[in-house]
Amino acid sequence: MIRKIQITILLILFFFPNKVHSLIEVDITRGNLNPLPIAVSPLFSDEKTINNGKTELEISDIGSEISKIVENNLRRSGLFNPLDKKAFLQKPDIAHFKPRFEDWGLIKAQALITGKVSLKEDKLKVEFRLWDVLAGREMVALAFTTVPNNWRRVGHIITDKVYERLTGEKGYFDTRIIYVSEKGPKTRRIKRLAIMDQDGFNTKYLTLGNELVLTPRFNPTNQMVTYLSYFKNLPRVYLLDIETGLQEVVGDFPGMTFAPRFSPDGKKIIMSFAKDGNSEIYTMDLENRIVEKLTNHPSIDTSPSFSPNGKYIAFNSDRSGYQQIYTMKSNGKSVKRISFGKGLYGTPVWSPRGDLIAFTKLHKGKFYIGVMRTDGTGERLLTENYYQEAPSWSPNGRVLIFYRETKSDSEGKGFSAKLWSIDLTGYNERLVETETDASDPSWSSLLSN
Amino acid sequence: MNLVKILKNAFLVVLFSFVLSACATKTKQMGSQLQGDVYTGTDTVEYLAKGVPDRVFFATNESILTTRSRDTLRKQAAWLRKNPSINVVLEGHADERGTREYNLALGERRANAAKDYLMTYGVSSNRISVISYGKERPVDSGSNPLSWSKNRRAVTVKAN
Repeated sequence: MIRKIQITILLILFFFPNKVHSLIEVDITRGNLNPLPIAVSPLFSDEKTINNGKTELEISDIGSEISKIVENNLRRSGLFNPLDKKAFLQKPDIAHFKPRFEDWGLIKAQALITGKVSLKEDKLKVEFRLWDVLAGREMVALAFTTVPNNWRRVGHIITDKVYERLTGEKGYFDTRIIYVSEKGPKTRRIKRLAIMDQDGFNTKYLTLGNELVLTPRFNPTNQMVTYLSYFKNLPRVYLLDIETGLQEVVGDFPGMTFAPRFSPDGKKIIMSFAKDGNSEIYTMDLENRIVEKLTNHPSIDTSPSFSPNGKYIAFNSDRSGYQQIYTMKSNGKSVKRISFGKGLYGTPVWSPRGDLIAFTKLHKGKFYIGVMRTDGTGERLLTENYYQEAPSWSPNGRVLIFYRETKSDSEGKGFSAKLWSIDLTGYNERLVETETDASDPSWSSLLSN
Repeated sequence: MNLVKILKNAFLVVLFSFVLSACATKTKQMGSQLQGDVYTGTDTVEYLAKGVPDRVFFATNESILTTRSRDTLRKQAAWLRKNPSINVVLEGHADERGTREYNLALGERRANAAKDYLMTYGVSSNRISVISYGKERPVDSGSNPLSWSKNRRAVTVKAN
């Protein structure tokens, strides 16, 4: 009897494969304890391409290096389980043209990525395909051409396409993180602005460390950064053009300007301005330099962040006696306290989807990263630690990056500052590797499309 | 035999009371360095001139000047009045138990609290500039209440 049922099921699968298992789907709204088994076949490249890669880019085998980037991205997302390449039965070139699905099914792969890469005359041509192994069909096929130096980005773009096809949401892999690189003793930390790909590669240092720099944030096109610099011992908000390296002071008022962020259209900077012991929130129009004061209260008002539609601003204030989160309209009207839980709340950041605000919470000597709805309801704490703060959203609003510091003794022994990421689900907490100690991360939007 | 035992016991009692008193001195020391959670010790304090301490300390999240702080600032004001050519920078600091941006604002508030007090005691505002370092420049790296109390401070530094 049981055997009979099994046979019928097999027959159904056989006759209606597309209907029964037509789509692999990855649910990203819940913590994923069963990541999808996926086989990332090395991208096939011919002899000439391999040699060109060795001489021009100094990498051993460009196709297999790109597939490693994809594999690493998928693994770190927590949603996929890239299978061990040693178990692969089919060669990359044949797999790319006609995968033998039984072979891939045998190693329990549910999805398969194959590809081909050629490097000729200063052009990197890439083709890749995503296959549904159970249904035995192609899900995505894409080809693109780019400059050879972009080879790592190729891996990230492929990952974004795979992620988008399997989860139904945009990816976050072809992105960068800007952060503050730290070294030296805790009492005299040397801090530099640094930028890297989201997977920790291609680190570049944007300042020399001669002056203290803090809290860098991208503009919407990822070409500019606003940050706080203590240049000439005057803490002021600056703008930096990443390509040209040109720096310009924007918050040059007699006092301290700090906590800067761009408006969603990139035309304004919102920041705090402290003078005579009082911090207020201002915006500055970058074109005509017109300044608008938004708050007017003798308390500390800081850490402002725009909603993605630009209509609202979240900030933190201690006007109630303790640091709490407030929202207001972008003209400064309708100020409303939204955090009412136990403890102190700071660093509100609006999710790119607009429905949530991420924050730092301090309660009973512990620091939490959490999220709440924009009216303050539905508070959810994602992670607890000795010290952590400053969450920044991935462009698809599924992951938060933040920094964490460890305890130290009076000599500073034991101290470290590192970047960490966690999914909105509260699962998949991961160290984000950086060359040095790091803090104040800010996630870019997607670089392509 | 008995004597040995007695001596041994006596030795143990002495040893024990020694340990106890050592503990007591330690807690007393710690207690005498903190009033509420405001640092009252002198470990990190430097002097602008003889008898003129360079810094004042604050309670967690506060910028209110304690009686002791006001006393220190009056001494600084008197010294500044006597030395009219000297300008100062007031550096405001916070401990590491707050978010970076809030701490920058808090440091600014603390430095200004000290500045205002110097001004009421006759120091002209154009001789005092203010800078906040938030939690960026602790004097004590420790992750404990005593270290934090030393870091919650406003320091008067000669600018010329």
